[in-house]
Order: sequence, then C-alpha cells, then structure tokens
Amino acid sequence: MSTNAIISLPDQSTARIPKDNFITRENGLLSWLLTGDHKRIAILYLISITFFFFIGGALAGLIRLELLTPQTDLMATDTYNKVFTMHGIIMIFFFLVPSVPATLGNFFIPMMIGAKDLALPKINLLSWYLYMAGGILAVYTMASGGVDTGWTFTTPLSTHYVNTNVLTTGLAVFVAGFSSILTGLNFIVTIHKMRAPGMTWFRLPLFIWAHYAASILMVLATPVVAIAIVLVALERTFGIGVFDPIKGGDPLLFQHLFWFYSHPAVYIMILPGMGVISEVISTFSRKRIFGYTAVAFSSVAIAVFGFFVWAHHMFIMGISNYAVLVFSLLTMLVAVPSAIKIFNWTFTLYKGSITFETPMIYAFGFLGLFTIGGMTGVFLGASGTDIHLTETYFIVAHFHFVMVGGMLMAFLSGIHFWWPKITGRMYPEKISQFAAVVTFIGFNLTFFPQFILGVLGMPRRYASYPPEFQVLNVFSTAGATILGVGYLLPVLYLIWSLKYGAIAGNNPWQATGLEWQTQSPPLTENFAVMPIMDHEAYDYEWLEQQQQAHKESEATHAG
Amino acid sequence: MNHISPTIWQFLVKWLTNFALFPPEASKIAPQMDALLFFMVLVSLIGLTIVVLLIVSFSILYNKKRHPVAVQVEGSTLLEATWTIIPLGLFLVMFVWGALIYFRVYTPPANSMNIYVVGKQWMWKAEHPGGQHEINALHVPTGRAVQLTLISQDVFHSFSVPAFRVKREAIPGRYTTVWFEATVPGTYHLFCTQYCGTNHSQMTGDIVVMTPEDFRKWLASSTSGASLAQNGERLFASLSCAACHNTRPDARGPNLSGVYGAKLPLASGGTVIADDAYLREAILNPSQHVTQGYAPIMPTYQGQISEEGVIALLEYIKNLDSDYRVQQTLNTTDMLPGSEGKAPAAEKAPASKGTVKP
Repeated sequence: MSTNAIISLPDQSTARIPKDNFITRENGLLSWLLTGDHKRIAILYLISITFFFFIGGALAGLIRLELLTPQTDLMATDTYNKVFTMHGIIMIFFFLVPSVPATLGNFFIPMMIGAKDLALPKINLLSWYLYMAGGILAVYTMASGGVDTGWTFTTPLSTHYVNTNVLTTGLAVFVAGFSSILTGLNFIVTIHKMRAPGMTWFRLPLFIWAHYAASILMVLATPVVAIAIVLVALERTFGIGVFDPIKGGDPLLFQHLFWFYSHPAVYIMILPGMGVISEVISTFSRKRIFGYTAVAFSSVAIAVFGFFVWAHHMFIMGISNYAVLVFSLLTMLVAVPSAIKIFNWTFTLYKGSITFETPMIYAFGFLGLFTIGGMTGVFLGASGTDIHLTETYFIVAHFHFVMVGGMLMAFLSGIHFWWPKITGRMYPEKISQFAAVVTFIGFNLTFFPQFILGVLGMPRRYASYPPEFQVLNVFSTAGATILGVGYLLPVLYLIWSLKYGAIAGNNPWQATGLEWQTQSPPLTENFAVMPIMDHEAYDYEWLEQQQQAHKESEATHAG
Repeated sequence: MNHISPTIWQFLVKWLTNFALFPPEASKIAPQMDALLFFMVLVSLIGLTIVVLLIVSFSILYNKKRHPVAVQVEGSTLLEATWTIIPLGLFLVMFVWGALIYFRVYTPPANSMNIYVVGKQWMWKAEHPGGQHEINALHVPTGRAVQLTLISQDVFHSFSVPAFRVKREAIPGRYTTVWFEATVPGTYHLFCTQYCGTNHSQMTGDIVVMTPEDFRKWLASSTSGASLAQNGERLFASLSCAACHNTRPDARGPNLSGVYGAKLPLASGGTVIADDAYLREAILNPSQHVTQGYAPIMPTYQGQISEEGVIALLEYIKNLDSDYRVQQTLNTTDMLPGSEGKAPAAEKAPASKGTVKP
C-alpha cells in the first residue's frame, strides 16, 4: 500500500470487477425499465437528469449569448422570454430538485443504512416514470412553441395575458411534483423502517440526515405548488377568478401559494448537497464531522424554518409592513444553521489528514461559493436592502451561487466520490481535478459580475439593457463559456472511465460508510450478509481495526 | 498593448473608465441604503476571509504529508456556540437596520406631493395632480417628498429607480405607494423589474430630476389645460354620477364632499376609512360597499373606466373641500410660476351642472 495517498487500489494485476453485481445480474433494456432495484433506478435518473441538465445548459448558453450585446439582436424578446422560462423550469424541476436525492440518494440511502432496497421499490420506479413523463412533456412543450411566463408562473400574466403553452408546462411540473413527493415519502419510510441493526439515529451518516430533512420538505411543500398550478389551469380555462382582481380574486394569493413551495424547494435542492459535502469532507480529512449533532440538527432546523420564510419573496409587493418584519426576522434565523454548517465543515479539517482528490476540490469550491451565496441571501433577507436588490441581477447571482455554486458543485463532488462504488472503476484523477478548477473559475467569472450588475440596478429577465452594463455582461458570458467546458469534461472522462478506468476495489477512499464495506459495483441485494452497525458514523479507528483484522485473517489463511 | 488586440484594449479601457460598483445616489434614502449595503459587504468579506483562511491554513497544516494521522476531535461546545451567536447577532443587526430603512421607504411623509403612476403592458403612465401626463418618464423636483401611488391595469409590474434605491410593485386592482426625495438633478433609469410579458425589457423610462425652478417651468409648459381633478370632474359629469351623488336632501347617493379620509358606516355593519383603495372599490364594485342609509342601486363601473379614469375621479373626490384638497392644491399650485397661493383648480373649475358644490 502506498504511504502518501489514501487510495489503496487493489493490486491491478489481481483486482477485477466482481462478476455478479447489480449491473450484470440481469441483461436487456426491459430489465432496466422494469427494475425495482434502487441502484438501477438511480442510474436511470442519472442519465435522464444529465440529459435535462444539458438542455437547460444550452438554454443558459443562449441567454448569455443574447446578453453579450445591449440590443436584442440574437432573438426576438418573445423568444428570449421563452428561453429563460424554459431554462428555469428545466433546471429547477427537472435537474436541481431530483439531482442529488434521485441519483445519489436513491443509490446510497439504502446502502448507508444497511438495507437491501428502498422500502417501496415499485413506487420508486413509478417516481422515475412520472419524472420522465413530466420531463418529456416539458421538452415537447418547448419544441411546440414554448412558454413565456417565467418559471414562477406569475398570475395574472400566466392566466390571462400569454398565449403560450402554460397548461402543458403546468401539467409537466404537476406530474414531476408527484415524482418528488413519492421519492420523499419513500426516503422517509426507508429511513424510519429499514435501518440495519445497531444503526441508531445518531449513527446515521449526515447524508441521511440531510435527505431526511429534504424529504419532509418534498412531502409537505410539493402538494401546495401542485394545487397552485391546478388553480392557474382552472383560472386560465374556466376563469374561476381565484387570482383575478376583476372577479374579486387576489393576485397576491398565487404568490403566497407558489412561494410556500418554492422557498422550501430551495432547501429541497441544497440540503442533499450539504449531505454530500459532509461525507466528502469527513472522508478526505479522515475525521469525524466536527459537531456531528449540530450539523444533523441544523439540517432539521433548516427544514423547519424553511417553511416560514416564503413571504420574503414579496417584500415589495404591498404585503403588510409588519408581515415583512416577521418574515425578515425568520429569514435571518434560517441563515444561522447554514452558517453553523459552514464552520463545522471547516473545523472538520482541523487536525485531519487531508488529501485533495477531485471530490474534495469540489467540496472546497462548495464551501467558498455557498458562503458567498448564503451571505448575499442575508442582503436580500434584510427588508431594507431587499427593496433595492430584489428583481435585479443580484437575485440571479445569489441563487446561482447557492444552486450552481452550491448544489451543482456538491452534485459533482458526490458523483466523483461515489463513481468508483457505482461503476467499480476510478475516474481519471488529474483531468478531473483540472475540470473542478475550471468549473470554479468559470463559475466565478460568470456569476460574480452579476452581483455588481444587480447593485447597479440591471433588472433580471431583460432581453436588452442600457449600454453601460455591457462590460460586466461580456465578462459573464465569457465565464459561461469556461463553465460550459468545465461541465462537458466530466461527461467525457466519466464515460471514458466506464471502460478504461482503473479498477476501484471495494473502498478506494478508505471511507467509513457502510456502502464502502461491500463490493463495487454492489450486489443487487447490496450486502452479502446483513451488516450490523456497532460503531459511530465516521469512525476511522473502527475502519483501521477492521482492516487489521482482515489482514490477520488473510495471513492465517495463507499460513 | 494596443497592437495586441485593439478590441480587447478598448474594451478594458472602457470598463476601467466607467467602472462603478454602485449606481449614483440621487435620493435622500440612497446614502442610508448604501451604508447598510457597505456594512453587509464588509461583514461578508470578513466572514469569507475567515472561512477561506481557515480552509487554506488547515489544508497546509494538516495535509496528509505533514500530518499523516488524523486526531479525532468530537466538537467543541464553546466554538460552536461562538459561531452560532456571532452570526446570529450580526444577522439581527442587519435585520433591525434593514427594517428601519424599509419602514422609511414605505412610509410617505404627510406633506408629500402625490403623483399617480399606472403600469400597463408595456409602459408607465404618470399623472401629475396638475393634469400633466407622462409616458415612460417622470419629472420630479429636488428637495421635495414625492409620493407615488401605483397601480397596474393588467399584470404585475414593478417601478424601480436604482438611483433612488427605491422600488415598488404595481399590482392589478390594488394601490401601492412609495416615496422618495430626490437630491441631485439629472436623468436616471426607470425600469420595470417584474417580468410582465413580451416587451418587459422595453418597459423602461427616464426619471428626470430637476431643480424646483426648472420643475415649475416644466409643469407650466407641460400642462394640458386641465388639472387631474378637473378631468375627474368632467368624467364625474359624463358618467352622470351627480344624478345621485348630489347634496340634495333626497339624494339617492351619499354626499361626496369631505368623504375622502372620513370614517364611513357601512350598510353591512362596521366602518371603513374612505381612502384611495376603498373609493376605487366603491366605484368599480359598489354593491359590496354600500354606505349605511342608502340602497344598493349604484351600477358597477368595472370595465367602463380605465385606471387613469378612476384616478381622475379619486383626485376629484379628494378635492371636494377636505383638508386634503387644501393640501394638494397648495402642494401643486405653489410649483406653478406666478400662482403662489392661488388654487387654479378652484378658480378655473367650470360649474358644470349637478356638480357637488358644497
């Protein structure tokens, strides 16, 4: 075993991919499309969300190209409006919401808690079909004329004033919402009922805590947006007048309903990413997460407080000044658990034994960008400064720092971290470290100028803008090009690694999670014998003893 | 450098000469807003520096080569309490500071000059009390509190003036208000910042801040001959409102003089303050807002009057001999050249038939 890298690859001459694993157990397309195996469903999700990510990314590219010049010269304003609407809808509902939970969560929640599968495997497959139905409908909608309401479906614009495919888009989001609800439900049941013997709540990896919190949000918040969308559809088709002021309806009611989901949705998107970061930072610093309990409870706190801050999207919309006070205060409170997490992760490095593999580089990127994203959220949560900053590029920059700088970094970190477990092969280390750095640089160049644009007052969702904003927009577009390269590289080398990657072995990172204590790729039933959890999470001393014992037994066998 | 790439060179020169981190400060609230923004940027920079410094120094001190065996540390209640309480404290300071500014921006002073603004796809229409109309522009004087009463005729719009650090949503069916006091003459951007459909990005305009003298000149040169209240009076007559709303003892509708700002008993029980929002509703949706002692016979005017028409009617009703009238008349007329102290609305008002003249 080499002494200066923690990767203990099995001897390349003898190591091989185990013959029986979840990929080889059954063959044929139908064995995938009708599978109940959470790992196969996770792979179906991984392929489909990657597909939607690149559609959303292409739309983002069009947006940045249009904004290269102050005039509307690449496309008509209507087209531009459709492009940013579809970018938002695809990225949020079909990439960010399912990204980590449906892929890494689906794959690793059962494995981490020592279970054979999720509690409801058929429901899990149904989730994927619902997701695909929604996704394909969304793409069809885009191909057949698109929609230009903005991803927020603001009434009365969406109900009375646009002639585009609001209904089909609404249906797509509605259907995908059920996928999200069912996934959340499945995770909650699984985490409650399927834990291996000895796997108590406070021995759960923080990845599980984060997913548990996110699942609660999915189950409780998603139905509200589903109903809001149904009301929009009814109002648009039958004119029932819930939101129409002429009929005595309240246009603000829609915003309340929509943000009651869509603010918690932000935490649905970021919490699973935080779970990934906990695993990665612990593994590559060989340390138990600093203040495990605080990090676990901060996830729950984020989920609970996350439900009571929705009206901070409406500070300038004429809601009562006193309501603004309450929601602003609660917004400040929800920022605290995020700050706690950042510092706990940072202090996990303290006295660790740190290595800098790709997942760790992405995790460092996450820490920096999420800190900026979180702090700028406080700028917007303070009611006074919100007046100036809301509805400008400051908002755009803020949520891209959280969603792209935070969540996407976490997703890529997790994909690289677990790639050896999922496929049994290593990704190429040097080029992937390079891709992580390229992503970080491209990201900052794209989105940091947007903070300045926002403070200067450039409104969001503008196809044209005053010429003095051009320079910063050019920087942003240039950055987006670099970012695009940063995202394409992993697709290429990860596919390459499927055939040519080095054999990973069971536990290339010497990580402590149960998922690493079995073969890679895992068996269909995950573990050959049911694991028994007799130690805390992130117990690296336990891992060493195990390996010691293993070596000794091998020695006796050999002898 | 010039010979390497003229385009990039020009680009950089352009950027460096125009580079600004903040928009111009052209209102009284702007420096206050910027002070809080500076404070927040400072706190963020310090926070980010701490996090980055910790990550970098731990990465150097405890990398695998230098520190091959990790030492397990459970956590530290003291440290964790520190990084809970200090951010919480800072966030609470920002909360209070922000709330103070918020209340200031959305609480117009009593003596402010009111301008109505109607947002519609895709333009801003401003109605000055003196009858001056503007489209995608707004002229305001310096040193004077200006209140905007906003409403939208169709979808949500948002009236944003970055140089004033002020923004307010224009909502269909509901008045919202915002105020500012401009300080520096000049022309500033007006943006619609709430996505409102096809030409959202063209729903922009100019805010022209003028010295009081220039503003007076502008008011005089842009007058359409009749004040907003006079337009309302005409509308009042043409819609035959006076058939019922007159001062006769047997009038079928309540007397409107002095009604603005008064407490009205409702037929459905309870009382209501007759403000802009109530009067608008009472015109468009009268059966829901019947004053005590009157029969619900008023027809609805929904769909018959534009938002500008409603505003003109409101302004007329406000001008019917109430304190408000005195105030607004003083506010607007002392801006007109050579008309200090006079009230042109009263002076020029034609005594059209049936008009309430209490």
